[in-house]
Amino acid sequence: MKELTYHRAEDAASAVALVTGDPDARFLGGGTNLVDHLKLGVTSPTTLVDVSRLPMDEVAELPDGGLRVGANVRNSDLAAHPAVRRGWPVVARALLAGASGQIRNQATTGGNLLQRTRCVYFQDVTTPCNKREPGTGCSAIGGYGRYNAVLGASEACVTTHPSDLAVGLAAVDATVVVLGAGGERRVPMGDFHRLPSDRPEQDTTLAHGELVTAVELPASAVARRSTYRKARDRASYAFALVSVAAGVDLDDDGRVRDVRIAWGGVAHKPWRAAVAEEALRGKFLSEESVREAAEAELAAAVTDEQTAYKVPMVRNLTALTLTSLAEGATR
Amino acid sequence: MTANEVTPTPIAPRSIGTSLLRRDGVEKVTGEATYAVEHPVTGPDGQPPLHAWLVTSTVARGRVVTVDATAALAHPGVVSVIDHTNAPRLADTSDAELAILQDDAIAFRGQIVAVVLAGTSESAREGAALVRVEQEAEPHEAVFDEDSPTYAPEQVNGGSETDTLDGDPDEALARALVTVDATYTTPHEFNSPMEPHAATALWDGERLTLHDSTQGPRPVRGTLGPMLGLAEEQVRVLAPYVGGGFGSKGLPHAPEVAVALAAMTVPGQPVRLAVTRQQMFALTGYRTATRSHVRFGAHPDGRIEALRHDTVSQTSRIKEFAEQAAVPARVMYAAPHRATTHRVAELDVAVPSWMRAPGEMPGMFAHEVAMDELALHTGLDPVELRVRNEPEVDPDTGNPWGNRRLVECLRSGAERFGWAERPTGPRATVDGEWWVGTGVAASTYPMLWMPGNVARVRSLDGGRYGVAIAATDIGTGARTVLTQIAADALACPPDAIDLDMADSDLPFGSVAGGSSGTTSWGTAIVAAAQQFRADHGDHPDPGVETTAASGQYAAMDGHALHSFGAVFCEARVHRYTGEVRVPRLLGVYSVGRVVNPRTARSQLLGGLVMGLSAALFEDGWRDPRTGHTVTQDLATYHVAAHADVKEIDAHWLDDVDELSTPMGSRGIGEIGIVGTAAAVANATYHATGVRVRGLPLTADHFLE
Amino acid sequence: MDAEITLTVDGQRRTVTVDTRTTLLDALRERLGVTNPKKGCDHGQCGSCTVLLDGRRHLTCLALAVAHDGAEVTTAGGLSGPDGALHPVQQAFLEHDGCQCGYCTPGQVCSAVGVLDEIRQGHASHVSEDLEAEPGLTDEEVRERMSGNLCRCGAYAGILAAVKQAGEQAGEQAGQEGAA
Ligand SMILES: Cc1cc2nc3c(=O)[nH]c(=O)nc-3n(C[C@H](O)[C@H](O)[C@H](O)COP(=O)(O)OP(=O)(O)OC[C@H]3O[C@@H](n4cnc5c(N)ncnc54)[C@H](O)[C@@H]3O)c2cc1C
Ligand code: SF4
Ligand code: FES
Ligand code: FES
Repeated sequence: MKELTYHRAEDAASAVALVTGDPDARFLGGGTNLVDHLKLGVTSPTTLVDVSRLPMDEVAELPDGGLRVGANVRNSDLAAHPAVRRGWPVVARALLAGASGQIRNQATTGGNLLQRTRCVYFQDVTTPCNKREPGTGCSAIGGYGRYNAVLGASEACVTTHPSDLAVGLAAVDATVVVLGAGGERRVPMGDFHRLPSDRPEQDTTLAHGELVTAVELPASAVARRSTYRKARDRASYAFALVSVAAGVDLDDDGRVRDVRIAWGGVAHKPWRAAVAEEALRGKFLSEESVREAAEAELAAAVTDEQTAYKVPMVRNLTALTLTSLAEGATR
Repeated sequence: MTANEVTPTPIAPRSIGTSLLRRDGVEKVTGEATYAVEHPVTGPDGQPPLHAWLVTSTVARGRVVTVDATAALAHPGVVSVIDHTNAPRLADTSDAELAILQDDAIAFRGQIVAVVLAGTSESAREGAALVRVEQEAEPHEAVFDEDSPTYAPEQVNGGSETDTLDGDPDEALARALVTVDATYTTPHEFNSPMEPHAATALWDGERLTLHDSTQGPRPVRGTLGPMLGLAEEQVRVLAPYVGGGFGSKGLPHAPEVAVALAAMTVPGQPVRLAVTRQQMFALTGYRTATRSHVRFGAHPDGRIEALRHDTVSQTSRIKEFAEQAAVPARVMYAAPHRATTHRVAELDVAVPSWMRAPGEMPGMFAHEVAMDELALHTGLDPVELRVRNEPEVDPDTGNPWGNRRLVECLRSGAERFGWAERPTGPRATVDGEWWVGTGVAASTYPMLWMPGNVARVRSLDGGRYGVAIAATDIGTGARTVLTQIAADALACPPDAIDLDMADSDLPFGSVAGGSSGTTSWGTAIVAAAQQFRADHGDHPDPGVETTAASGQYAAMDGHALHSFGAVFCEARVHRYTGEVRVPRLLGVYSVGRVVNPRTARSQLLGGLVMGLSAALFEDGWRDPRTGHTVTQDLATYHVAAHADVKEIDAHWLDDVDELSTPMGSRGIGEIGIVGTAAAVANATYHATGVRVRGLPLTADHFLE
Repeated sequence: MDAEITLTVDGQRRTVTVDTRTTLLDALRERLGVTNPKKGCDHGQCGSCTVLLDGRRHLTCLALAVAHDGAEVTTAGGLSGPDGALHPVQQAFLEHDGCQCGYCTPGQVCSAVGVLDEIRQGHASHVSEDLEAEPGLTDEEVRERMSGNLCRCGAYAGILAAVKQAGEQAGEQAGQEGAA
């Protein structure tokens, strides 16, 4: 077995250079996912470049009212930040619905977006998994499927993305700021994670060595009136069965001026329910209208015995989330 | 030396009945308590411990072709790799679960096929990943369902009869005006104590010393000694602190053999083995899934005329474990016509074993949900239905009850819970986003007393007494309650007692299992204390001692000795997602005299929490293709977290049971889990009108 | 690869050589002999290994020791005074029997200290109705915040009572100091 070298990054650019130049190098953030995988043997890098002490730990208000969140801001600090609580409650709520207090103190914003799937086979190196070892097959097909995707899955991989934060960010149209060998680029959340297609090993559209340096949250009326709801087995400390991140902006008559819906637990990426959003614009929000809109989005769903529950669950939860937002609920 | 057998007489409670603080509480809240791999053990010349890591099979059935350790041995820090070709030979291989590394056979996925020894835990872990095990797979069967072929075991766990038959239940069922006929299932459940199974072993060429995480130092010594070809006295097992067990540490499992074998290959060098959380799902026992077909035939007034409980469970082809799920049906309710049967399916899977209230827990889930269905069919209140079927004598043996107070538990619980305000029909209450309902179930657990316990009492300076028995405290509070019992038996304050336990060199103590610990060890301590007073009087010279073996105090032969209880639950089912939450859970028990209310409450609440956890979450999902449990960690095998446990309470009737123990007590470790899942299931039915007959009660069942 | 790091553990400066793969938990338990934090799962799924790291509650099983060179670690052992006097949280756990087997307990205790601090700082939780309001020391809040610490013995009722008692005492004390 190869040795593991540890580097504490001096600055972002040298960190990017180190990882870009070495296919067996990885960035280390809070470590809550990567260290887990080192021990499971899911990944065996030879070099770790610790970016967790780089000065990317500020939450800064932008001139246009938006917010720039450094990639190293800890999940707990982001959730506790007054500006986030006020202007992007869906983000704070998504964070608080995830993992545990200890893990949120440790996990970084960047690491959270790049955490890998919780598929039981992905984590068990004695079983085939295309995501872990391309070409070996997908054990989840015909295996344990309770957490599998119902939208956008492929024959190569049927898993879901586990992050709650990512779903919240997808709903508010956040932008991920990325530093690569060729300089900085800005990736809209919708383009950050990807569907599995025939390359499930690739969770995101990042190239190897690209470093997330920040996430930008644009200010908006929908973001201010937003929330996150998560259905899960345990009441806490459990990944989502399904989740709904949503925001609304209503006109004076109570009609939808704007709406955002993103779903967790249904796909390989946070699922922006664009069809449903479109169907709701200009409408009154009622359980019926939201259900109908969600059904339209879910027309493409593919389920089996183990995942069939997700369709009514996410539909109902979306109806509840949006109608309670419309009624002015704070959560 | 065999100690004289003494049968004690009842003692007067002084310390018993008081809430003495947990004797080892300070060590626990500071983290100073040392568990199995935390003892700073070194070899005779100061050798530091080696770390062992288990390599396990990845096929469900077949054989090991080769174990290639080349890469592992080349890894820095790796000392050796032990497999079936070079492991020390066992003297006794009759127990196929324990006879590891003796041949090339693979009987289930996750079985130990090699052990890596290394200088650090990181190098041991990586060394294990580098061991190449070539395996030849043979066809296997790992699916347990209604089509699984079964057989009738000779007896079931606990030594009970496989089948019983009274009257003509089938004929009576055919005649009955009201019937219930349904099948109830429980999944594979895993004990999952917070401290994974672990041990530190040192072989000095003469003696094996094992700091083990076990519920029974003496039983481990008694099993390992002969297997290793050693006299029992050559094995010393210590377990001063044990991070929970719930049955999984009741019997030795393969990892204990692995660490012992590994230690014997490196005399003078300690070896530490911490089983990983994932490995526990294959190697340390679990509660088998069960399928119970329950039939009741009743009169319109609710009196049960006939009942059948036919249960099927599964076991490993290499070792039989027959979960006694139909046994509680033999004692619960009066019915002239009754039958119970147990059948077992043999599969190529990990070996099931004890998990808190084996038999009673899954069996009473079935039985008590069926009772709820009968209440519905007869239009009776579920509490009233149970009261109407109260048997005057034990239906199984015909013996008089020692102390059956189920009806009082039901009545007292109903009162405390506010049961009377309950709407009769299901699906009657909505509160915001939630359907709300309540449910009840009865619980029961037999009084068990283990023979063979021996205790020693010695007078020390300053009016103190040393009391010794190889008992263990796995979190039950045994260290505290045995101190109280000894104090009262010797008529001295508890502070005057130095209790020595958890060491197999001490006089024989039976396993901390079957809720028999306090009963069995306590009876032995009282016996020894009373004999000590008879031998040495009230003012003994320091240094004198008496060792006594416990005679059978419990009047088991002429009486039916059981504990009973009633569990009440409020469940909420989310109208949009189907998620189930339990805002209120209450248990009322009759368990004899409570030795220490503080620790007893914790035990009963702990049982309720585990029952709640089983009701809502626990599900070991086995992949039929590989035969292993894929939900093999605490993120995928969910046990109740703090937020799942809301208002929860346990009460007990004012009780003294002098037929069972000289302390007036019975066991309390298991009854809390029994019936709890049924109460939750019944409450979810009442909330929604949806009857779920299989655990766990996950959201998908209730979605609309 | 080996690396030398320095940690302050329960007030003592300790220098130790670790493998780059060694977790903070294994560095404490296996290299330094500090076994107060427990290993229940080694994968972030139970909370037994919780300590206060630079003042905040933190898991140690998913932290590499090398990444925390220079850190200040307080275990349950370091919470009690040098004279062995228990920390108010520990005293409350003892009184309310917030432990049974004791294996999750050191982690629970450290987590509780962190929780009380987070509430004091006004951090909301998943169950807070209003994200912007001061959270109370309610049953619901404590249960949710303590949910990263599993207790298979099911000592949750005692743990809840203990955390609330310790929190209320600290609140009263702060109130008295404020008034004085
Ligand atoms: C038991 C448990 C329960 C959990 N429950 C939840 C839950 O309910 N909801 C939820 O959302 N999450 C949950 N999590 C996951 C947790 O949120 C993530 O592990 C965490 O957010 C990852 O952040 P990190 O900083 O620790 O990442 P690390 O582990 O350090 O890194 C994760 C990945 O990101 C890469 N990386 C890190 N930083 C950067 C960067 N700046 N740029 C580019 N790449 C980077 C790393 O190379 C690695 O591949 C849970 C985790 C555990 C262990
Ligand atoms: S679903 Fe994806 S992650 Fe899971 S086994 Fe299949 S390929 Fe691997
Ligand atoms: S050991 Fe760290 S969370 Fe379980
Ligand atoms: S006290 Fe045993 S796990 Fe919590």
